[in-house]
Amino acid sequence: MKKLLVILLLAVVAYSLGTALMSVKFGENRLGNVQDEGTVSAFYLNNTPEKLSVANVVTAIVVNYRGFDTLGEVSVLFLAAMGLGSILYHRHKEGEEEEAILKPSSQLIQAGSKLIFPAILVLGAYVFIHGHLTPGGGFQGGAIIATGFLLMMMAYKDYKVSHKVLTWVESIAGVTFAGIGMWGLIVSQSFLENTLPIGALNNLFSGGIIPIIYIAVGFKVAAELTGVLDTLLNIKDKH
Amino acid sequence: MMFNVIVILVLAIILLAAAVYAVAQKDLLYAVLATGVISLILSVFFFIMQAPDVALTEAAIGIALTTIIFIITIRNTSRREDEVPVEHEPDRVEKESKIIKQ
Amino acid sequence: MDLDNNLLMSIGVYGSAIGLILIGLYAVLIKKHLTKIVIGLSIIDAGIHLLFIAIGYISGGTAPIFSPAGEKIVANGGIMVDPVPQALVLTAIVIGFAVTAVALSLVIRLYRHHHTARIDQIKSLKW
Repeated sequence: MKKLLVILLLAVVAYSLGTALMSVKFGENRLGNVQDEGTVSAFYLNNTPEKLSVANVVTAIVVNYRGFDTLGEVSVLFLAAMGLGSILYHRHKEGEEEEAILKPSSQLIQAGSKLIFPAILVLGAYVFIHGHLTPGGGFQGGAIIATGFLLMMMAYKDYKVSHKVLTWVESIAGVTFAGIGMWGLIVSQSFLENTLPIGALNNLFSGGIIPIIYIAVGFKVAAELTGVLDTLLNIKDKH
Repeated sequence: MMFNVIVILVLAIILLAAAVYAVAQKDLLYAVLATGVISLILSVFFFIMQAPDVALTEAAIGIALTTIIFIITIRNTSRREDEVPVEHEPDRVEKESKIIKQ
Repeated sequence: MDLDNNLLMSIGVYGSAIGLILIGLYAVLIKKHLTKIVIGLSIIDAGIHLLFIAIGYISGGTAPIFSPAGEKIVANGGIMVDPVPQALVLTAIVIGFAVTAVALSLVIRLYRHHHTARIDQIKSLKW
């Protein structure tokens, strides 16, 4: 009986989505003329290379035009990491035998991961430093660095990442983001206003506060995701 | 032009087949790997539709990190979907209620 | 690669997005194991992201980046793809991962307490 009702519900959802998407033609040009600035996207595309000197329009939207939403997203990630740590908290009682869930890996992985780990760190740092020139940015670079740390944690059984260092890096990066916003409020009465000088297009030092914010976000996301993976991999199992 | 249509249709068929496999398979490890394949094909779709930032984000977060947290969960819970738990000793509450009822 | 607008192309792209949403919804409503339900949530997320990017695509457009090659394309009269849905989906992917991580930690905690992860075997909530 329940399966019949669920299939009926799925048919209704499919029909309504299908007929709604029938009137949205795939690949139709809805921006109009970019110079006229008739739509929001046309405004962003027209003003980004001139007023902000930033090459990547998606980065300019995420950090500058919609910067407050990025502050909210960073705080949601922080809340998720905190919630995960507090849900999985396990008080160590005396006299219980616990074993870690990781077993030692083979010789090939142990030798290879030591070689490739610095390259992954450099790649992640490159991606979030050049976020305003090429595709990339803080979130992508942070995820790449966290994957590098995951490789080391899985290859060596007792590879420890110090939680104190991770906490300090994350806190300083978060305070930098909010501090730049407050500084914009003090100097020119608008939170997260772009106040530093904007250079020429396609230079590394261009775009005002945009590279600084993305570097802070890259450090914060890398530290958070590494902490989450460290918490999950160290769940002691009572067997 | 026909080549583009064939590529999109082949990718769409692989995507839907991986999704059906992920839902129908009872061994949870294979279902999680199928979810990783969905993220991979989705990243290729994003690149074809001229969105390189989104393709990088989906590849970095969806393929490696989501799969590893699912595998850690499977290690700490059951491996198969149709496992019935073995009988364990009754909890503290049931023991005390038995004592009070006497 | 340039995707133009004909019926097979829109059925391929829109159809796979709607198909992913329906398959994920089926897994959330019918399945009984908690990890399978979280897998279904992750599949629904993937379908919605694909739908957003597919709506924002413009035929013949290129990526919205003003590199030296991009400036040359715009100076010759080319068009760029809509950048606003890409910014929305960027945020949505990261938040979807955070929600999945918290949901899986709840599943681990429930398993530790009840020694089962199936919702029809968790009995101690019934009076």
